[in-house]
Amino acid sequence: MNFEIILEAWPLFAKGVWITLHLTVLALSLGFVIALPAALSLHHKGRFHRVWGAYVYVFRGTPLLVQTYLIYYGLSQFDWVRSSFLWGAPGFLDGTWLGAVWPSLKSAWWCALIAFSLNSGAYQAEILRGGLAVVPEGELEGAKSLGLNPSQVTRLVLLPSALRRALPQYGNEIVFMLHGSVVASVITIQDILGAGRTLNARHYVAYEGFLTSAALYMAITFAVVWVFRLVERRYLRHLNIRTAKPKGAGAPGIAGIGGVAWR
Amino acid sequence: MKRLVLAAALAGFATTAAAADLKICVEGAYPPFSETTASGDIVGFDIDIANALCASMGKSCEMVKTEWDGIIPALIEGKCDAIVASMSITEDRMKVIDFTNKYYQTPAKFISKADAGLVDTPEGLKGKVVGVQRGTIHQDFMEGEFPDVELKLYGTQDEAYLDLQAGRIDAVIADSVAMDDGFLKTENGKGYAFFGKDYSIPKYHGEGAGIGVRKSDGDLKAALNAAIDAIRASGEYKTINDKYFDFDLYGA
Repeated sequence: MNFEIILEAWPLFAKGVWITLHLTVLALSLGFVIALPAALSLHHKGRFHRVWGAYVYVFRGTPLLVQTYLIYYGLSQFDWVRSSFLWGAPGFLDGTWLGAVWPSLKSAWWCALIAFSLNSGAYQAEILRGGLAVVPEGELEGAKSLGLNPSQVTRLVLLPSALRRALPQYGNEIVFMLHGSVVASVITIQDILGAGRTLNARHYVAYEGFLTSAALYMAITFAVVWVFRLVERRYLRHLNIRTAKPKGAGAPGIAGIGGVAWR
Repeated sequence: MKRLVLAAALAGFATTAAAADLKICVEGAYPPFSETTASGDIVGFDIDIANALCASMGKSCEMVKTEWDGIIPALIEGKCDAIVASMSITEDRMKVIDFTNKYYQTPAKFISKADAGLVDTPEGLKGKVVGVQRGTIHQDFMEGEFPDVELKLYGTQDEAYLDLQAGRIDAVIADSVAMDDGFLKTENGKGYAFFGKDYSIPKYHGEGAGIGVRKSDGDLKAALNAAIDAIRASGEYKTINDKYFDFDLYGA
């Protein structure tokens, strides 16, 4: 191990960390925006549930690497793609902020973001659907009996409850997406792994670049896991099995009213 | 039945493990020197040369397909014993591995769209994006001579061609012969052409392509050098040369 060359390359890795985090956070956020309607439609067998089902089936059924390759190298093969607004902002947007942030397939960064978002969206849709499916009927009946209309039930009871139940799996999905983002390095993006590969190639070594990348991914993963532990502790409190008896046994509480004894 | 499958699987291992005398690292994504056919075979000038050298040394050889940016580590770690992959003999690489004498030498050159009108000066390429294969002499050359030009790094040369066609990059720099036969003369290369000078700067481009061996393998290096001379003398080199190129690849 040659630590000198690793230290020398730290600006490369710092930039890589920024790109990886940036890409992962945006992909997870956009993925969530896709997953929410998808999961609700799948759960309620909505009008487009077959379309969403096909989307989830395709993007969970194929590897992220293949999806990224198809979007980056595949779509660019078609002349009509390259001569359309998909390839770059229309001329009248030149010089405007919209022209500057236009999601162009010409850019490797946008291709990666699109592929990652679609992929994560499919996984998140499944996670959310699973969360929705295990919300007890009683919670929903209770909500209805309080006079909430269907959209209120969804917004105030069903979704919060499903999201809480999905939390542990969400932590997993974030870690998977973080690790999946290494795919960006094969389409010329200098993410953490890209920085590692460049280091390896520059010095003809095998371990220094990969081990540094691995250490960085591990550090980020641990940070995510730690944050999720805190979040879960807060939002899944109600699922903890009570160890202490409620204070003042015999006092009028929920348990008393329903006649169900806490165990 | 299960046991039979297991036995067959183990037999499969055994046959691949019944190793050749020498394992040769080749790339398989650098036509016409080294390319992978639809059926998965690796063919090309490098492969033919490697086989001819092995035959001349009286050794059996096995080609090991290896990613370019991991090919030197693969040699050092013993995954193969020699690299025959159009690798230029450079000072930087000589720090970690040893090379035989050259087995061919060709200059580097830029390509772009034929009507792009690019000039190979720092001003001429200002604001343009140039693609190179990661970890090649061409990357070093660009970083050294054109530090302000945006570089895109690719795992293989073929991916750089794809992005040149897609218009994501304006030019590619690589070995002139590899690009001529591997791209310009193919269907995909229509409408693209060389521009600028022939580059052959020893500091970047070395002294031609040699066969990489471990520093500790002096005997193998000597044997390979003798074999290169032998196939040059016997005319076998020329036969292989003429199979792929209509000019002398060996250079001066």
